[in-house]
Order: sequence, then structure tokens, then C-alpha cells
Amino acid sequence: MTLSISLSVNGESLNVPLEDTRTTLLDLLREHIGLTGTKKGCDRGQCGACTVLLDGKRINACLTLAASVDGTDVTTIEGLAQGDTLHPVQAAFIEHDGFQCGYCTTGQIMSAVGLLSEGDAGADPERIREGMSGNICRCAAYPGITAAVLDAERRQSESEGTSV
Amino acid sequence: MNRFDYIRPGSVAEAVAAASEPGAAYLAGGTNLLDLMKIGVAAPDKVIDITRLPGLDRIDWLEDASVRIGAMVRNAELARNTAFSAAFPAISEALLSGASPQLRNAATVGGNLMQETRCAYFQDPLSRCNRRAPGSGCDALEGHNRSHAVLGWTPSCIATHPSDFCVPLAALGAIVEIEGPDGSREIDLAALHELPGSESAGGIALKHGEMITALRLPAEATSFAGHSRYLKLRERTSFAFALVSAAAMLSMEQGTITEARIALGAVAARPWHATDAETFLKGKKAEAEVFAEAAGIALKEASPSGDNAFKITLATRVLTRALTLAAKGTPDRVPALPASVFMSSEGATANA
Repeated sequence: MTLSISLSVNGESLNVPLEDTRTTLLDLLREHIGLTGTKKGCDRGQCGACTVLLDGKRINACLTLAASVDGTDVTTIEGLAQGDTLHPVQAAFIEHDGFQCGYCTTGQIMSAVGLLSEGDAGADPERIREGMSGNICRCAAYPGITAAVLDAERRQSESEGTSV
Repeated sequence: MNRFDYIRPGSVAEAVAAASEPGAAYLAGGTNLLDLMKIGVAAPDKVIDITRLPGLDRIDWLEDASVRIGAMVRNAELARNTAFSAAFPAISEALLSGASPQLRNAATVGGNLMQETRCAYFQDPLSRCNRRAPGSGCDALEGHNRSHAVLGWTPSCIATHPSDFCVPLAALGAIVEIEGPDGSREIDLAALHELPGSESAGGIALKHGEMITALRLPAEATSFAGHSRYLKLRERTSFAFALVSAAAMLSMEQGTITEARIALGAVAARPWHATDAETFLKGKKAEAEVFAEAAGIALKEASPSGDNAFKITLATRVLTRALTLAAKGTPDRVPALPASVFMSSEGATANA
């Protein structure tokens, strides 16, 4: 079965032919569109390395059929920075050493962006740890990751003129 | 994964017609079905994507003060809905204690009810499993079965139902609305998950082609909002299935229990509604000994199905604690670690 899907990826409208309905959103991004920033870890929704935003919400791209994202708006790690200016979450991960090998990092950052837009965690480290529990870091850089997300949350709150 | 045709119907009638064909399967959030397809346990020829069917993504408060939740409402959306969470705090806590934030954003209400057991032998196509391949036997009986059922099991199947969401739903008497090739019907949630029998392995009580369209909670279910908790014991604090869990909801007047709603999770092939314990609690004082006795009543039929006698003691203690916490009152906000036994006092940290 051959399908054709239209979607927006990082603000760019794309038409992609889909020869195999088994293609996941993760494989669509990496193999068809050439955006390899989204990583394949477990491929079963357990590690979070493939986290992207689908219509603004974080999901596991490995458990999403490409056919089902027809007409949606996808944001990947490649879509966060504005030119050479890093997204605040990206900058905070560098400042707080929120990684070691880096394989899970793009998923961690996309998940953190999703978490901050959900607005449930505030500046509570416990809620941030719980809210990031869908992203596994084999190097266990968790203290740096939590510090980075807390810092990004603080900057976001300040720039919005609110305190949580 | 096998090859399949992908179909996105425009209406419930079209969806039912497409899914009634042999080899067809409904796809909602995909968090369970796609996983099962990847490991070779599910192999549909046709995948019917029902996520965009009109009208199934709504939460409606009906005139009789009951609430109707469309089957395609996402778990995270329901848990965060302010009015819903205020009326059914234990359901929100259960939802937020399940899976990960990414999975909760994708997973749906209907899909949660339809999810399969996480028994390792069900998930391994090379193992014998009566639920996956009727009549083949059960490798869990002599295998790794420390997390398996202690209630309602038979040698045909000792698997448990993995849902957190379904546990408070079962206690509150949720009703499931179904559309199928023979028209509409509705059943109690309690009847959706069939227990194993002497021959059959049990499973979902839907006919091929039937789909869940909505879930309803009766108006009286909101009367427990002030004393509602879900408590979930698991082998890591977050992103893990329950080893045992309990939903405890009380309606109280001056320290006396007027009504109770109780269910246990991960102890049987269905969320286990403990009606005898509810009856026992009616009219009793809300105190520790009473709760321990109620928990004993809830587990009195329990027996180990393998290396899991410890789950009976654990379930008794978890239920006692859930009742104790419910009596103290629903917290103003779902705790930072939802349903965690490490969060029984606000402000405590699990990482200290």
C-alpha cells in the first residue's frame, strides 16, 4: 500500500510518499527527511530518545505511525534554535553539563521543552524529575539534566514575568 | 512487523465496517498495538486509525451530572482537565502514575481499557500462552511469575491487567459505550475484562469489529472527591507497572464512613472491585484497625499463582495505607510523585 502524506516539520511544509505503511514517524524523520537529530534507542517507547513534539505535545516518535501524522505539525531538535541562537533549554543543557555521551540528549531536550510548555512542574525539582521520567540516560547525567531544566524554567518564568 | 493496509475512516460507521473484516485491528494512540506489532504478538492485515473520528475526543458533563469521556481523549488531557480532576482526583492520580509523559500524551482512554497484559510469556511469541494462542498452555505457571495474579486466576491464565486508570474506574462503577457490527450497546467496566475459566484464558469481552466509543461515570461517583487516593507499589518510583495498587475512595460524616469504593490493581486479570470490603466499611469509624480489617476482607480469597505469595501481604498493606490516606483527605494537588508510597507526607522527598 502506497500513501502520500503532508506535514509540517520545523515549520517547513513537506509532501512525502510513503511506500511502506510500517514506517514510524521516527524512521520518516531519519530515513526519509534526513533529520537524524531524533535518535532511535529502544524503538519501543521505553527510553525517550526519539521524543519530538507533535502539534506541540511531546510523544515517542517510535510508537507513532508516519501515516497517522498526515496534516500535523512536528518539531524536532533541529527546529529549536533560531539561527545561531540556541533555544534556552539547549543553552541550559550545555551550561549545566546535562549529558555525557550525548545519545539521549536530543530526546531529553525535546522532552524538557514539552514539560515546560505543559507548565505542571514549576520550579519543583521533584516534579521535574518525575516529568522527565520518560527519558532514560544510560550515563546517568540526571543531576545535570534536572539542574538544566530548573534553570530553563526559571529563565522562561522571568521572561514571561511570572513566578511559579 | 508484518505488512498492513492503513485506513483512516471518516465516521464511526465506516470504522466499524472496516474493522469488521477479518484481520483488521483498531489503532488509537498506538502505544500498545504498535509495540505488540513490533514484537510479533499482533499482526493485523488492516490497521484502522480511529484517532480522528469526530466527537470522540470530548469530555461532556451530562444533565444528570454524570460525565461522558470520549474514547479518544488522551490520558494526559483527561488527567489535567480541571473539572474532571476536581470531581475524580483518584482517577487523575492513577492516570498520572502510569507510563511516561510522552506515552500519556499519545495513549487514549479507550486504548487504556483495551490494553493487553504485560505477562512476559504473552509477549514472547515462542512461549506457550493460552491468551495469545488458545489451547497452547501457559509457560508462566512454571516460569517467572512473581508479578502474576493472586485473585481470580486459574491454571489457564495467571496474567494480570496492567492498567492504573481502570482501577478507580472499576471502583466507581464506570460504564463502557460500544459500537459494533450489531449496533450500539453498553456494559459495566467490570464485564469488559473476563477472568480466565477452566478452559478459557479470559480477555476482552468485545466481539471482532466492536470499538469502545466512550466511558461514563455515574453522578454519585463524584461524592467521594474529598477522600480519594490511588496508591501504587512498583519496583521503581516512576515509569513502571504496578506490582500491586489500590484505589480507595470514602464518603465520610464526622469520622464515620457512609460509603466506600475500593479496587485493587495488578492482582488479577481485571481491576479487582472489592465489594465485600466496601460493605464492611459502611457505618464504621475511619480508623487504622478498621482499614486493616477491610483490606483483609478484600484479599481473603487470594492465593498465590506461583512465586508471588508476598503480593497478598503487599496488597493488604497497600490497601490499608490507601484507605488511611483517603480518610485524611484528598491532597489539594496531585503529589509530585503520583500514587507513590514515598509521598505519603507532603513535602517529603524520595531523593533525600
